[in-house]
Amino acid sequence: MATIILESVSKRYEAATIFSDLNLQVEHGECFTLLGPSGCGKTVLLRLIAGFETPDTGTIRIGDTVVASAGEESVPPDRRDLGVVFQDYAVWPHMTVLQNVGYPLKLAKIPEKEYIEQAMRAIGLVNMVGLEKRLPSELSGGQQQRVALARALVANPSIMLLDEPLSNLDANLREEMRFEIKELQRRLGITVLYVTHDQEIALAISDRIAIMDETGRLRQLGAPVDIYESPVDFFVFNFMGVANALRTNRRGDAVCVGEGAQVLHGPPQPAGVASLVAGCRPSDVILRRPDGTADAPEGVLRGKIRRASFLGAVMDYLIEIDGAYLRTEVETQEAIARNLMFQDGDPCDIGFHALHWFDGADVPEGHRPV
Amino acid sequence: MSYVRLVDVQKRFGQVVAVDRLNLGIEKGECFSMLGPSGCGKTTTLRMIAGFEDLNEGEIHVGDRLLSSSRKRFYLPPEKRDFGMVFQAFAVWPHLTVYENVAFPLRLRKLPTSDIERRTHGALEATNLLDVAQKSPASLSGGGKQRVALARALAINPDVMLLDEPLSSLDPHLREEMRFEIKDLQRQFGFSIIYVTHDQSEAMALSDRILVMRLGVVQQIDTPLNVYSHPANRFVFSFIGLSNFLDVERDGDGPCRVAGGGGTLPVSPPAGMGSRLSLAFRPQEVGFGTKGTVDGEVQRKSFLGEVVDYQIKVGEQSVRVQTGRRSPGPEAGETCHLDIRRPFWYPAEEPEG
Amino acid sequence: MSFSLKKGETFGTAQIILFLSIAILVIVVAVPVLLIFANAFWDNNGNFNLHDVMNVLREPDTYQALLNSVIIASGTTIGSTTIGTFFAWLVTRTDLPCKKFMKAMFLVPFMLPSFIGALAWKMLLSPRAGYINRFFMDIFNLDEPFFNIYSYLGIVLVEIMYLFPFVFIQVCGALERMDPTLEESARISGAGLGTITRKITIPLVLPSILSGALLIMLYSMAHFGTVAVLGIENGIYNIPTLIYERIHQSAGSFESIRTGTVLASVLVVSAAFIIWMQNKILSKGHFQIIAGKSFRPMELKLRGLRIPLLVACCTYIAITIVLPTAVIFLVGALPTYGMPFTWENLSLENYKFILFDNQLTKDAIFNSVSLGLSAALITMFTGVMISYVIVKMKVRGKGVLEFLGMLPFSVPGSVIALGVILAWSGKFGINIYNTVWIILLAYIARYMAFSLKANSAALEQVHDSLVEAARACGATMWQALKDIVLPLVRPGMLAAFFLIFLPSLRELTVSIMLYAPTTRTIGVAIYTLNEDGETVVSAALAGVALVLIITGQSIINRFIARTTKG
Repeated sequence: MATIILESVSKRYEAATIFSDLNLQVEHGECFTLLGPSGCGKTVLLRLIAGFETPDTGTIRIGDTVVASAGEESVPPDRRDLGVVFQDYAVWPHMTVLQNVGYPLKLAKIPEKEYIEQAMRAIGLVNMVGLEKRLPSELSGGQQQRVALARALVANPSIMLLDEPLSNLDANLREEMRFEIKELQRRLGITVLYVTHDQEIALAISDRIAIMDETGRLRQLGAPVDIYESPVDFFVFNFMGVANALRTNRRGDAVCVGEGAQVLHGPPQPAGVASLVAGCRPSDVILRRPDGTADAPEGVLRGKIRRASFLGAVMDYLIEIDGAYLRTEVETQEAIARNLMFQDGDPCDIGFHALHWFDGADVPEGHRPV
Repeated sequence: MSYVRLVDVQKRFGQVVAVDRLNLGIEKGECFSMLGPSGCGKTTTLRMIAGFEDLNEGEIHVGDRLLSSSRKRFYLPPEKRDFGMVFQAFAVWPHLTVYENVAFPLRLRKLPTSDIERRTHGALEATNLLDVAQKSPASLSGGGKQRVALARALAINPDVMLLDEPLSSLDPHLREEMRFEIKDLQRQFGFSIIYVTHDQSEAMALSDRILVMRLGVVQQIDTPLNVYSHPANRFVFSFIGLSNFLDVERDGDGPCRVAGGGGTLPVSPPAGMGSRLSLAFRPQEVGFGTKGTVDGEVQRKSFLGEVVDYQIKVGEQSVRVQTGRRSPGPEAGETCHLDIRRPFWYPAEEPEG
Repeated sequence: MSFSLKKGETFGTAQIILFLSIAILVIVVAVPVLLIFANAFWDNNGNFNLHDVMNVLREPDTYQALLNSVIIASGTTIGSTTIGTFFAWLVTRTDLPCKKFMKAMFLVPFMLPSFIGALAWKMLLSPRAGYINRFFMDIFNLDEPFFNIYSYLGIVLVEIMYLFPFVFIQVCGALERMDPTLEESARISGAGLGTITRKITIPLVLPSILSGALLIMLYSMAHFGTVAVLGIENGIYNIPTLIYERIHQSAGSFESIRTGTVLASVLVVSAAFIIWMQNKILSKGHFQIIAGKSFRPMELKLRGLRIPLLVACCTYIAITIVLPTAVIFLVGALPTYGMPFTWENLSLENYKFILFDNQLTKDAIFNSVSLGLSAALITMFTGVMISYVIVKMKVRGKGVLEFLGMLPFSVPGSVIALGVILAWSGKFGINIYNTVWIILLAYIARYMAFSLKANSAALEQVHDSLVEAARACGATMWQALKDIVLPLVRPGMLAAFFLIFLPSLRELTVSIMLYAPTTRTIGVAIYTLNEDGETVVSAALAGVALVLIITGQSIINRFIARTTKG
C-alpha cells in the first residue's frame, strides 16, 4: 500500500522551529496537496519524506516500512522507491531526454533493449515522443518539466512527490500541465503528494488539501470544495481566494456594517467574540441597481461603487458600505443585460448569498480583498 | 484634430516590416493602449513616438509640433520632445537618491532652484515617495522603483506619458494596485497616456481606447467594451479573453453541422460565408440548458473556487465552459446541452502552411 | 544538502576530505606566508622586534624602492584607467568602424608577457642602441637619445600598454550589460548624449572602473618583469626587484632575508588593503544595472571624428602590439644585436640554435612545459576537491578554506617565492631548494586561487536538486558524483587547467627567485640571456615563447567558443 504516514514529526534548523509534532496521513492512490504560503515549511516536509532531511523527532512511514525515525539510521533517498519532481526541473543538462529518463533504469541494471523500451513508454506518457534525442538546453521550460515527470515515472514508483513543479512556467502552460499531471495520476493510480503555494492548482488537482500556516501548523484538511465553502478560520478563508472582510459595529443586539447603522443579517453569530468580521467571496455578493427609493429594502444594504473596472469577461467593482469595502465581479454580458454597468460613485444595493463570521482579531489591519 | 497624430507611419528592420502604414490619432487627456503579442510592433511604435527609432515612411505630430518626418528627414531628438516615459525595467538611476532622480529632468531645464524644489516635492508627494526621498532607489522594492520612475516622468508636467510595459516586472498584486495609481495620477495631472502592454486585462482596466496589433498591422481600434464585445476579426476575438472555436460545415446556405460528428446546429451564420466555418464563443458566455445550441459530454469538471471549469467533448472536438460556483452544472461523464448565448462566426482557419 | 551528515557521526568521508583540503592549503599557502611575517617581525632570539623592521624600512635603498613602487603603480594605474575607460567607451557607445576587431585587438596585450614587451621596448628605445633612438639620432644628428626608456616614464608607459586591458574588459562588460533604458530614460528627461555620458553612464560604471583600477594597482605594485628589464640598468628598483636583488646577490645571508621579508610584508599588507578596498567598492557601490529586455544602446555619432579616431586606434595597436612583437622576431633573426634589418642579415639560425643545440634553452623549454603541465594538473584536481568542500558541503570550518584558497590572490609572486624558500630550505627537515620541486610548489601556491575560482563557479552551476534528483532515482552518493557532478564540472576543470598552464609557461617573478643552473624556466632563460648580453638568443627564445602562448590561447578560445555554444 502506497501510503505516507507522519507521526509527531518535528524539525528545527538551528534556532528556527520549522514545525513540531506534525501528524499527517496520505492515503493510497490519492492526490494530496500540501498548500501554504512560502516559507511555511511545506518543502521541508517533502524533503523529509524524500529522505534529503531527517526528522528531529517522530516517525515517517512509507507503506509498511519505517523510512525515518528519530535517533535511528534512516533509509537513504535512493532506496525509498519514490518519484520526485523539483521546482527547478533538475534535469541533467549533459544528458539527452532519453538518457535523463532512462537513468533510473540504468541504475537498476535493466538490460539495454528493455531499458529503451521502458524509457520511451515514459516519454510517450508525457507527450515528448520525437524529442528524445534533444538536450535539455534545446527544450522549453514546459518540456523540461515533462522530462522531469517522465524520469520520476519511469521506474513505476507507487508514490510521486512534486515540489512546486509548475511555478516556473507561464500561466497558460501551468494550466495545461496541471490537468496533465492530474490525468497521469488518475490513469496510473499512483499516490501523489503535491506541494504548492498556489491555491488554484491545489483546488484543481487535489482529492484532499492540507493547509499549513507560516508557523508550520496544519489549519485545515479536507476536500477542495469543503475547504473553499467552509473555511475553519480567516487564514484559510483568505488564503483560498479573494476574501471580502466587512468589519462591523454593535448597536444593541444588532450587528451593523462598518461604522454605519445598516444592520447586517447573517447566520447565527458565534458567542464570545468581541469584534465580528463578516467574510464573503465576490460571488456571494448580490448586486442590484437601487430602485430610486431613499432607503434600501429590508435585508439589503445600500453602498456606493468606489471603483468600476472593465476587465473583459467581467466588470470588477470595489464597493463601500459605511466605511467597509468589498469586491465583486459581474459577468460582462449579464451586467449589460441587467443594467449593472455601474460608474464610479454610483449608489448600489447589496445582498449576500452567504456569509461567514470571523473573529476580528484574526483579520490583519488594513486587509484588502485582492 | 487629434493631439498626437501618426500619419502613414512605416518602420522596417532590414526586410522585416515592423510597423505597416499606421494612422493613429490620440486625444488630449486620453488613455490609449497598444496591445498585441510580443513582436507585433507595439513597442516599436512607442519608440518611434519617443524618438528612439526613426521612420521609413510617414510623419508624427504632437499638437502643432512636427516630431518626425521621413520625407523632410526631420527627427526631433528624444531629449527635445518633452515626454514623460516609464520603462519596464524601471530604469531608475541607482547612483542618485530618489529626490535627485526626480529632480534630474528639472535640473536639465535649468529652472530656478525654488521651482525645482517645489515641482520635485509635488511629484514625490503625488507618488507617495516623500518618506524615502533621500534614499537610494536601489533600496526600494519593485513597486517603489516604478513609483520613482513615474515621479521622474511627472516632474516636468508632460502633456504625454509613454508607458512601456511599466507593470510587467511587478508581482500580480502590486500590478493591480499600481494600475489604479497610474489612473489616479492621470486624473490629477491630465496628461495623455500611450500605454504598451501584452496584458489584456491591464489594457482593459486602464484605457479609454485600445489598439490591437498583429505583425505590424492594426487589427482594431476601439473602446475596451467594444473590443471585447464586438471583436473585428478572429485574431482579436482569440487574443482578448478566453475563446472557443468549434469547426462546423455547411452545404450552401443550409444548416450547420459540427465537423467530425456532433449534430446539427439550430443557429445559422449570415449567408455567403462558405462551407467551412468556425463557431466562436467565450467559455463564460455559455449556459447549461435543457436543450442547447450544441450537445456534448463532460470530460472533466474542475472546481477552481469562484469558477467551475468544464471540458466538454463535442463530437471529436472539445470546448471549454466556465460557470460561476453557484450555478448548477452537470458532473463528469454526463451529457449536457450547451446554450451559447453569443455565437460569433468566422471563416475556418487555413491550416498553417 | 548533498552530503548530509548524520548526528553523532564524528569521522566520516566528509571529514577526511575537509581535513585533506585544509592540510594542503596550510602546507602550500599558509606556512610560507606565515614564515615571512615571522621572519620579518621576530628576530632570531624569537622576540617580537619592531625596531629592526623600522630600521630596514629607513634604509635609503629600501625606502626608495617603496617610493618607486608607489610612483610606478600610481602612474600606471592612472594612465591605464584613462586609456582603458576611453577605449571601452569607444567600442561600446560610438559608431567607430570595425568595433569588434578593435575590441579583440585591445585584449591582445592580456596574452603577451609584459617582460617580453619590456625587452622589445628596450631594443627599440634604449638610450644608445635602441633602433628608434638611433634612427632619430642619425636623421636629425642628435647627441641626445630621442627617448630614454630606462626612466620612470618609460617603465610606466610600458606597463600601461600591457595592463590597461584589466580596466578595458571590466568597463566594456559593464557598458555592454547595462540596461539601455537607464540611458534612454535620461534622454527622454531632456539630457543630450554628452550630459548622459557624464551624469549617468560614467557614474554607473564607476565601480567597474575603480575595481579595474585597483586590480592594476595591485598588479603593478608587485610587478617584477618590466622594472627588472628597464629599471635596474638606471638604478630604479621597486619592491619585488629589490627583494630579488638582495636574495640573489647575497646568497641568502640573514640580513638580506630580513630585508626581503620586511619588504614582502609591506607588499602583502598593501595588497591586502587594495583587495579590501576592491571588495568594499564592489559590494557597496555595485549597482544592479543589468536587465533582460534590451535594445541596442544608443550610439554616439562621431561624425567628423570617426576616421581620425579609427586611425588613432589603429596607430595605437600598431605601436603597442605589432611593433614590439615584430621587433622580438626580427632581432631573434639577427646574428648580432644592432645590425640593420636587411634580408641578408635575417636568418633562422638563432631559432635553430635555441631549439636544437643550446642545452640551456632546451632545458628551459622542457622545464617550463613540464612544470606548467604538472602544476596545472595537480592544481586542477586539488582545486576540484577543495571547491567541492567550499561550495557543496555543509561542514564547519570551511570558512578557513575559503580564506586560505583566496589568500594567494593578495600574495604577490615574489612573496610566495620568498616564502617557499623560507619553508623548504631545510627548516622543517625538507630541503628542496635549487630543485624543480620548489618551483612546482610555488606554482601550485600561486595558481591555486585560479583553480578554486574556476571550479567553484562550475560547481555553483550544479544545483543541489540535480544531485537530489539522482538520489531519488536510486543513485547512491558516489554514483551521483560520478554520473552527474563530475561531467558537469569538467568544463570548469579544463578552464582551470588552461588558466594555469598558459601563465606558467611565461612565469618569471617566482621562477627568477628560485632557479638553479639546471632549473631555468623559459622566462628565466630569456631574462638571464638578455642580462648576459645574448640579446639575439634571448629575443629568439622570446619569439618561441610568444608562438607557444598564442597557439595555446587560440586553442582555449576555440574550446571556450565551442562549450558556450553547446
